[in-house]
Amino acid sequence: MLPLEQELSSYAARFAAALIDPGRATPSLVTGPNGKAAVRRYNVYRNNATVSLIDALAAVYPAVQRITGVEFFRAMARFHVRASPPTSLLLLDYGRDFPAFIETYEYACAMPWLADVARIERAWLDAYHAADAAPLSRDALALVPPERLADVVFTAHPAAGIVRSPFAAVTIFAANRSGEMPGRIDAGTPEDALITRPEMDVVVRHLPEAGAVFLTNLMSGRPLGDAAASALQSSPGFDIAANIAGMIEAGAFTSINFGEA
Amino acid sequence: MNAAILSRLLAAEPARFPALAIHGLAGTSFKPEHLAAILGAGRQRGFFEVHAENYMGAGGPPHRALEAVRRDHPLSLHGVCMSIGGERPLDKAHLKRFRDLVERYEPALVSEHLAWSTHDTTYFNDLLPLPYTEATLARVCDHIDQVQDAIWRPLLLENPSTYLAFTESTMSETEFIRGVAERTGCGLLLDINNVFVSANNHGFSALDYLSDFPLSRVGEIHLAGHAEQLDDEGDLLLIDSHDGPVTDSVWKLFEIVISRCGPVPTLVEWDRKIPGWPVLKAEAAAAQAILDRHQREMRYAAA
Repeated sequence: MLPLEQELSSYAARFAAALIDPGRATPSLVTGPNGKAAVRRYNVYRNNATVSLIDALAAVYPAVQRITGVEFFRAMARFHVRASPPTSLLLLDYGRDFPAFIETYEYACAMPWLADVARIERAWLDAYHAADAAPLSRDALALVPPERLADVVFTAHPAAGIVRSPFAAVTIFAANRSGEMPGRIDAGTPEDALITRPEMDVVVRHLPEAGAVFLTNLMSGRPLGDAAASALQSSPGFDIAANIAGMIEAGAFTSINFGEA
Repeated sequence: MNAAILSRLLAAEPARFPALAIHGLAGTSFKPEHLAAILGAGRQRGFFEVHAENYMGAGGPPHRALEAVRRDHPLSLHGVCMSIGGERPLDKAHLKRFRDLVERYEPALVSEHLAWSTHDTTYFNDLLPLPYTEATLARVCDHIDQVQDAIWRPLLLENPSTYLAFTESTMSETEFIRGVAERTGCGLLLDINNVFVSANNHGFSALDYLSDFPLSRVGEIHLAGHAEQLDDEGDLLLIDSHDGPVTDSVWKLFEIVISRCGPVPTLVEWDRKIPGWPVLKAEAAAAQAILDRHQREMRYAAA
């Protein structure tokens, strides 16, 4: 069969073409019974696809929806669904590029922190579905001889993630995920988030200054000494001991080694 | 013990679940919001069905919840996006994930849809219809063969609810489904709400459809609620919405089907506007009462 003929015989291509494109007419290969029209009939599928995908985004980004209001959110999500429909069969993977879309969405430009709140929500869902793993025990470092501490390499927990923001994204996220009405928030304070799920509950923490630099280095497999040097360069007052204890406590790691693994 | 070793040991030791009989039982969709109520009530008579895709994440609370439910109840694993009715080859990675879930949870029933959801790279998140022709029949059979080879057991194929027809179709839906079942040896999931919805939308008789349907191959029944809209001519168009109670007409058709094919495991589906657990449980109890009554009548007739 020639490619053109194949295309013509393809019911799926012809049916799918107009599904999420409202500008296209009802495909001619479908019909109602006994010669009835199929415009509203086809629109049921159009509606199912678009609405269910908007619902999927609303399920991933509840804080964003709470901030913008339902109507604003659904209009924004509809643009995104039409521009970037899912390519994975798993809806738990959908919407990874939604935060970047929010950044370019004209009507959201008055809320420059909204995309980072969305990034935290996306990381929250990734942590929720991440592989289960026992977190590193609190006394793991106590067993390391002091002269070898700088060589320690950490294995990141599968659920651990970092989101960095020049805005108060963690505070805004937390205020809009809880049932309480947020007090006044200074949105211009930079905040970095650490997202973990040591057991079954996802926890979002606000990292201290330079904590994200330190942890990003550790999670990428650089030894503790190097990571500490980077953090100190970024913030001379950086408290290495308190940060490492806090990160182990949060469940950011599963194991340590000396780089030989 | 080293935490890393411990976690590896745990990962290497998959949970084993009891083989629990499902014949003659009614069940419900399992919704995470009902978990506490379900576990609080302990082991109950009945089964639960889950959408396979919701348990395809690596870990976390979804698997923990499903393990807890599965420990005490038979499970039905219901796939919604294999695209058995699609034109493209099956997604091998997805088929593997599906097979892995069957291995992990040892469900009593495994089903998928006569529909498609993906074309080229786009996933539409809806069960889309297909024309019924010799060419599509051959391809659907090929896809089902692949699924059954992967899961080492018969698949139950669900009849769709549809809102329109294809001008190129050359056979009826029941003819098509019969052909699929005969060629592949698959079982069938008879969704009675879908029959009712499609009968209204296409102007055929639900009873005629059931008479033509290969009932001897039915391994599970679905019941659900539907919603109403209007078509272009202003006539009633029913929508398979799964957002409310089972309607009286569907209950009547259910009684007829059970009288013909016996107490087949029956699921009440409820996927949107999900009610509290007591409401859903009551719907399943209504189905169970019909299954039990039929069971008693069969025993009485045999005695």
